[in-house]
Amino acid sequence: MSLTDLEAEASVPPASEVPGGRKIEGRSPWQLAWARLRQDKAAMISLVVIILLVAMALLAPLIAKWAGYEPDFGDRKFGVTDDGLPVGPNGHHYLGTDRLGRDILVRAVYGARVSLLVGLLSTALAVILGVIIGATAGYYGGAVDTILARFMDVTLSFPYLLFAIALAAAFGASTPLTIFVITFFSFASIGRIVRGQVLQIKEREFIEAARSLGAGNVRIMFIDVIPNLIAPVTVLGSMTIPTAIIFESTLSFLGAGTDPRTPSWGNMLADATESYTVAWWTLFIPALFLLITTLAFNILGDAVRDALDPRSERLFAAQKANRKKRK
Amino acid sequence: MTQDADVLVEIDDVYKHFPIKQGIIFKREIARVHAVDGVSLKVRRGETIGIVGESGCGKSTLARCITGLHPITKGRIIFDGQDISRLRGRALKPFRRDVQMIFQDPYGSLNPRRRVGAIIGDPFDIHGTASGAERKKRVQELMELVGLNPEHYNRFPAEFSGGQRQRIGIARALALKPKLIVCDEPVSALDVSIQAQVINLLKDLQQELGLTYVFIAHDLSVVRYVSDRVAVMYLGKIAENARGEELYENPRHPYTGALLSAASIADPDAAERRERIVLSGDVPSPIRPPSGCRFHPRCPKAQENCVDVVPELIVRGGDEAGHLTACHYPVEPAENLAEEHAAIEQLSTEPTLPSA
Repeated sequence: MSLTDLEAEASVPPASEVPGGRKIEGRSPWQLAWARLRQDKAAMISLVVIILLVAMALLAPLIAKWAGYEPDFGDRKFGVTDDGLPVGPNGHHYLGTDRLGRDILVRAVYGARVSLLVGLLSTALAVILGVIIGATAGYYGGAVDTILARFMDVTLSFPYLLFAIALAAAFGASTPLTIFVITFFSFASIGRIVRGQVLQIKEREFIEAARSLGAGNVRIMFIDVIPNLIAPVTVLGSMTIPTAIIFESTLSFLGAGTDPRTPSWGNMLADATESYTVAWWTLFIPALFLLITTLAFNILGDAVRDALDPRSERLFAAQKANRKKRK
Repeated sequence: MTQDADVLVEIDDVYKHFPIKQGIIFKREIARVHAVDGVSLKVRRGETIGIVGESGCGKSTLARCITGLHPITKGRIIFDGQDISRLRGRALKPFRRDVQMIFQDPYGSLNPRRRVGAIIGDPFDIHGTASGAERKKRVQELMELVGLNPEHYNRFPAEFSGGQRQRIGIARALALKPKLIVCDEPVSALDVSIQAQVINLLKDLQQELGLTYVFIAHDLSVVRYVSDRVAVMYLGKIAENARGEELYENPRHPYTGALLSAASIADPDAAERRERIVLSGDVPSPIRPPSGCRFHPRCPKAQENCVDVVPELIVRGGDEAGHLTACHYPVEPAENLAEEHAAIEQLSTEPTLPSA
């Protein structure tokens, strides 16, 4: 085949136009992943649940106004029984009150703010830190890698609960401190995986191609390495969110997390340890919120992984089932 | 043959050794791989030089040394009158424009997350030669030049076949109008039918744009078809270097002879008639290469002299001017290599089966 033939071939009408006149558009990997994600019903339900939780957290003051109670003040009129016990769900308090007569619904709604804020913010920070440290270690190798990888190993082998309790004792429990602790103990597991991925990507030929074109390290890092990390990092991030939320609740439950006065699910659970024998709802409601939130994030995280990695078996099985149905 | 204006690249006694290191924190060198071990080669403007050899002989490492991807251990590489082997970092950038590489793996050499237009347009970005609409126009011209549909500018590499991907790699290599293109096994990952298309494309482009190629392959017939000169490598050294047809018609190094006899022939009758020279054993480890002539443990003509003295790469008796052979006892035209026996004891690495 000579060049003129090739030119002739190149000038045939564009193959992207099908006879019907409809244009076939090249879809980006993200469009494809989104299309796959939309097929997953459980993921879509989880997404709706998460959107509702976020809306609930954002609209917490409105919900408090509608319910007619403040999160931090007990209701002396209807909030406690004559014996001083919490009241169960009724017409005044839709989900009951705790032992101080505070409305559980309003507190749980405000608790969503704390949980989501801590969960999302510490995950975001952990991802940023993990990607920077992991990518630097993997890309530069040598002494840089040795120091950073050992540092990550050390953080991973820390007794994190003791560390968190010691910090809370030293500086006083607060939300920023909780975010710091969670970030510090989650970034290393992300950083390790990122480092492994970078080691793998670094040896691919397109990196060599970029280098032979004259691209510098920074350009290679941002144009060739990091875009190839987006899929694994998205998966890691979506898996880290529920862990971070649980982590926050655990710390708060132990009194080493958020300020014990702030309404958070962990603090509510801690309060409930003194009243759940007579008032099951004080334990049940915050635990239920926690369960729904982490479950939704976990299912969505799983589905995101499947959508971004079409080779994974679960999706393959689902497609087969779909095909059978169509027949 | 000193400073010839006609010579584009002069590789002068180049060594590339890779250290093998051990230890967790304090790494010390325990051995080194002699990937390229004293190679000298001249590439003239507009010619194609083929480099052949089995896997692990150092041909890809040599290619990466020429393109400046590997810093060399010893020696000089003179490109267009300038010694580039000591350049680092920013100083290498102008040289990068003139030398491009086409890679073996059409799947691995294109970033799967980027659109074809961005990949081919990369050289313009990196060297700041074109941007915006101008860049897009140039990219589409390149796509047309290599026989791709310019409409597919916005597609991802995954949407192309192996041959088309290799064309993308070629377009990227051509973008900056380089003087030299190093092709590292550009067709060995492709189907035979596609191989011919890509090779013809490379040949057409050479004529049209006056390119110089260093063409690395292990397929002898491909190299014969494209190359003006051919160098045969064995364990990091050049065994024989001659004009293409001369090398194929009149191989002087026993290794070349064995390699040629192993190449596939399209005619089954001819294939039946010819005698294959079967070498014993495997290629020795490049960590501890054999003394003297590197080929002596497997050579059917080896003598004691071969163990002690490294043969020089020079013109041997009766050969034409450019035909260099690194062998003490080159093969004579009438000789049958399959019937030769070495005068030294050769340890075979092949397993010996118990006789029944």
